[in-house]
Amino acid sequence: MKSSLSWIKQYVPDLDVTAQEYADAMTLSGTKVEEYQDLADGLDKIVIGRILTVEKHPDADKLVVCQVDVGDETAIQIVTGAPNVAEGALVPVVLDGGSVAGGHDGKARVPGGIKIKAGKLRGVESAGMICAIEELGSSRDVFPDAPEYGIYIFPEDADVKPGDDAVKALGLDDIVFEYEITSNRVDCYSIIGIAREAAVTFDKEFKLPSVAPTGNDENAADLISVEVENEQLCRRFVARVVKDVKVAPSPDWMKKCLRSMGIRPINNLVDITNYVMLEYGQPMHAYDLKHIAGNKIVVKTAHDGDKFVTLDGQERDLFDDSLMICDGEKPVGLAGIMGGENSMITDDVQDMLLEAACFDGTNVRQTSHKIGLRTDASTMFEKGLDPQNAKAAMERACSLIEEFGAGTVVGGAVDVYPHPVECRLITFEPDAINRMLGLDLSADEMLAIFYKLDLLYNAETNEVIIPSFRQDLKETADLAEEVARFYGYDKIPTTLPSGESLMGGLHFGDIVKERLMDAAVSCGYSQGYMYSFESPKAFDMLGIPADSELRRTVVISNPLGEDYSIMRTQTVNGMLTSLSTNFNRRIPAAKLFEAGNVYLPHDIPITELPDEKMMLTLGSYNSGDFYHTKGDVESILKQIGMKDEFEYVPDPAITYLHPGKSARILYHKKEIGLLGEAHPTVAERYSIGKRTYIAVLDLSVITGMAKFEPKYKPLAKFPATLRDLSFVVPESVLAGEISATIKRAAGRTLESCSLFDLYQGDQIEKGYKSMAYTLTFRASDHTLKDEEVSGIIDKVLKKLEEKGITLREI
Amino acid sequence: MQKKIEEIKQKALELISEANSPEKIQETRVKFLGKKGELTALLKSMKDVDPAMRPQIGAWVNQARAQIEKQMELAGEEMKAKMLKQRLAAETIDVTLPGKAPKQGHLHPNEIALREVERIFIGLGYEVVSGPEVEYDEYNFEKLNIPKGHPARDEQDTFYINSNIVLRTQTSSVQARIMEQGKLPIRIISPGRVFRSDAVDATHSPSFHQIEGLLIDEKSSFSDLKGTLEVFAKELFGENTKTKFRPHHFPFTEPSAEMDVSCFKCGGKGCRFCKGEGWIEILGCGMVHPHVLEMCGLDPEKYSGFACGVGLERIALLKYEIDDMRLLYENDMRFLEQF
Repeated sequence: MKSSLSWIKQYVPDLDVTAQEYADAMTLSGTKVEEYQDLADGLDKIVIGRILTVEKHPDADKLVVCQVDVGDETAIQIVTGAPNVAEGALVPVVLDGGSVAGGHDGKARVPGGIKIKAGKLRGVESAGMICAIEELGSSRDVFPDAPEYGIYIFPEDADVKPGDDAVKALGLDDIVFEYEITSNRVDCYSIIGIAREAAVTFDKEFKLPSVAPTGNDENAADLISVEVENEQLCRRFVARVVKDVKVAPSPDWMKKCLRSMGIRPINNLVDITNYVMLEYGQPMHAYDLKHIAGNKIVVKTAHDGDKFVTLDGQERDLFDDSLMICDGEKPVGLAGIMGGENSMITDDVQDMLLEAACFDGTNVRQTSHKIGLRTDASTMFEKGLDPQNAKAAMERACSLIEEFGAGTVVGGAVDVYPHPVECRLITFEPDAINRMLGLDLSADEMLAIFYKLDLLYNAETNEVIIPSFRQDLKETADLAEEVARFYGYDKIPTTLPSGESLMGGLHFGDIVKERLMDAAVSCGYSQGYMYSFESPKAFDMLGIPADSELRRTVVISNPLGEDYSIMRTQTVNGMLTSLSTNFNRRIPAAKLFEAGNVYLPHDIPITELPDEKMMLTLGSYNSGDFYHTKGDVESILKQIGMKDEFEYVPDPAITYLHPGKSARILYHKKEIGLLGEAHPTVAERYSIGKRTYIAVLDLSVITGMAKFEPKYKPLAKFPATLRDLSFVVPESVLAGEISATIKRAAGRTLESCSLFDLYQGDQIEKGYKSMAYTLTFRASDHTLKDEEVSGIIDKVLKKLEEKGITLREI
Repeated sequence: MQKKIEEIKQKALELISEANSPEKIQETRVKFLGKKGELTALLKSMKDVDPAMRPQIGAWVNQARAQIEKQMELAGEEMKAKMLKQRLAAETIDVTLPGKAPKQGHLHPNEIALREVERIFIGLGYEVVSGPEVEYDEYNFEKLNIPKGHPARDEQDTFYINSNIVLRTQTSSVQARIMEQGKLPIRIISPGRVFRSDAVDATHSPSFHQIEGLLIDEKSSFSDLKGTLEVFAKELFGENTKTKFRPHHFPFTEPSAEMDVSCFKCGGKGCRFCKGEGWIEILGCGMVHPHVLEMCGLDPEKYSGFACGVGLERIALLKYEIDDMRLLYENDMRFLEQF
């Protein structure tokens, strides 16, 4: 929403503030000024001049030398290259030492302007510059009479003379404010609404435009009829008739108002409807009465498949709920959005029917969305307008038509308004308001604010009477906000809540998550953030089988595109995508982790919320191998007290992992995640040209395993006995099996068992490998004797032999 | 005899002073004081001496022996010190060569900002809770006073799964869930991921994060809201931060406000960072709307409270001076390693 300061002052004549004061105060009272533009910024010493003579420049074909009357006794000489310069023309002239807003190329204006000095142009003295409209910071959008190339020439009948202030004459001595209006303040999408706020903000008098009664002694009801079939979708329809329409330009003051809002003046009829829409926030529409069959208006919904040509010449598909303005035979307008081509005002218009209606905001929004047509009118109606305002706007428009002599307004109006809005009444509870705000104002102080806002008070019933244009005020909390706004948010004291003090903190799951993230960081992983939605193609990229559970997804019905259309059921695609980004930006190595949800639906189609499971995903390239990643997983999990043995079960069926380098991770016999090298084919699909390692840990399982209360074990009092044993092991036996067998056979005296050498090659028979372990034995209550240890080792060897493992002869 | 002892002593002391290694000193010890050493030999020859002279000679020998030993000890220490000095000199390194650090990772700027916010609110007694990201319409809209047909839930803004289930557009959805549990008073913050149907650009992302704050108690007012958020702003952006509350509109709070903080870059004078305004918009807040309390099963006559919603990315971008939101989701190592 925009407004110029001069237009606001029409309703708040005593307003006397600088642009910055206005912006600050309005923002603090709730009408936020986003920015403002001084239209005269950079414009200095610009007057109106009359070109007296035009002569050829002696040394330049494209330049001419003009003598220009700028209101002084003697004319000044200006050299110009403008193609449209003509003797007798009234033009804006910037004098020596003045400045203009920008170049004539129409680019953004230069803050503070561009200085203009007298000087010589190709040897001929030039005492200033004749300006194009762009040089004055404006454009042909709002000055359609300005030429595409060349200087601006005032219309012959313009009420100006040489020496006058050209900036003022063009209406550029104004400031335009751009507001952010909140959706509840429909009334502030109008100049009047903003002016009312300004009046209260600055405590000045507010004056509505005076609207005289209009119309001749005929009665509109004799000429036209209006029937509203759907009262929910059309709460009010006001129609009036204007005869003998005379299309002509609008007066200057109106042109200036429209221009200041960036609207191009067209003719009196169009300008009046535009002006009233801005002023009252009420869109209007004019129909050529001779095209309204049966002089009858029927407001009703269309049918799926109906077609309608709007006045922009486009054919539109209609729907069952599209509300149409029809005549006795056919639709003539798309209610609240755009009129029809078949009934639009053209040059041969005689009589017209003027409409000011109140359509249902939601319906207009939905229809406009379905049809794909959003207009200034539909944008207004979408907000849900005040039906009372329709009549007021109609009266205003008709009075302007009479004032401009744009036609003969027929007396009376056809006003279909089956359920007039009633003023809402809110019980006045000053104590509750004070309590809510933490203030101590008297009832009178509050009522004083209400009065200024046109909220009246009925002392007998103790009720505040809410006018229809304040549809946002419904209860005491709303009144409290009005008090706060005009008492001043900044004046409300600051206190801290006085209630019972509570113990804040993180929940256990979040503590676990935080520790895991910190542990991942200390293992060299940096945290990434990935999207929760992705393309269903991700499954193909990862080679997930067609019947996999993972392909059952939560699908977004209105996604930004297929690439963001399903909620992810795995985190590997996101990780590989980010690794790929890094690889393709030639980053030599990457180590990333992500803590994020997967979304697993219960039922398809979805009727209840999916399970959201938090996953910790690790991914890296060029930063180590499978065993590094495995080591990282273990040291990360140790940080949350998972200090027991992890089990790794090879799983060649995980399609996106290398079949020989992939495992499911078990802890206390429960699966907690998986780990492996990315399958080379998959890595290639993501164009990662390095071996890539992935681990995924399911926090929904892990959180229950985390322990943050370590228990102390006494420090060993007796020495340990170490034995190194070297085995010949069949290739197929996994290290995990060997250490498990050793531990089981050795029992509690075995403190640890660690692999220190693994060898396969010439020295060892084919099909076998050599594995050397250090076994550490210790008893808590005595120093172990050699015989004891040897006894245990014999047991271990016996068990290993069952697996075909023998002691290696050295 | 005395002369002979003196000669041996002198010879020994001479050798000690000439010694240039511990080995040489040891040699000298053996040569003079060892079993077959010269001084020892002298003692052994005592049997040939007049018994009356023996004590005298014994004393002379012991004296000489003590002197030699003392001298040896001194020389040994001196030599050790010298050798240590030599070793240290030889071991001197270039301390300006680069250090060898273990490779550490980095937390995401979002996470760093989140922990900062959590720390502040936990200190004020707030519990950190979470809620589902795929959410019922009822919690995301209906119970927040955003009925069907409200512009805020227009298809342009909300991702729908079906008519009943949406990707939550705001962490405010957690408000209703917490209030419904009916455990009062309430002081919670709820950080989490939210979704809006916005195309990706420098300032928009279809998925981003918010932190919701909610307090419900028997006595709480707009001035408590102001006080709490003022503390928050000072903790987050520095002790000198000023706050400004502007009226605003949210369907689930009334009165509502937006809070600006004085630009922490220029202190409020106006700079490129705050677009010359001196103020930076930081969060939306307000008193929980009585309808919302009612719909969540609380008696608005008895309970009141306030809520606020902060954009996590907004804080991260501002605090760490990141100029493009897309960087937060690209996961470029060169970006992440800066935090």
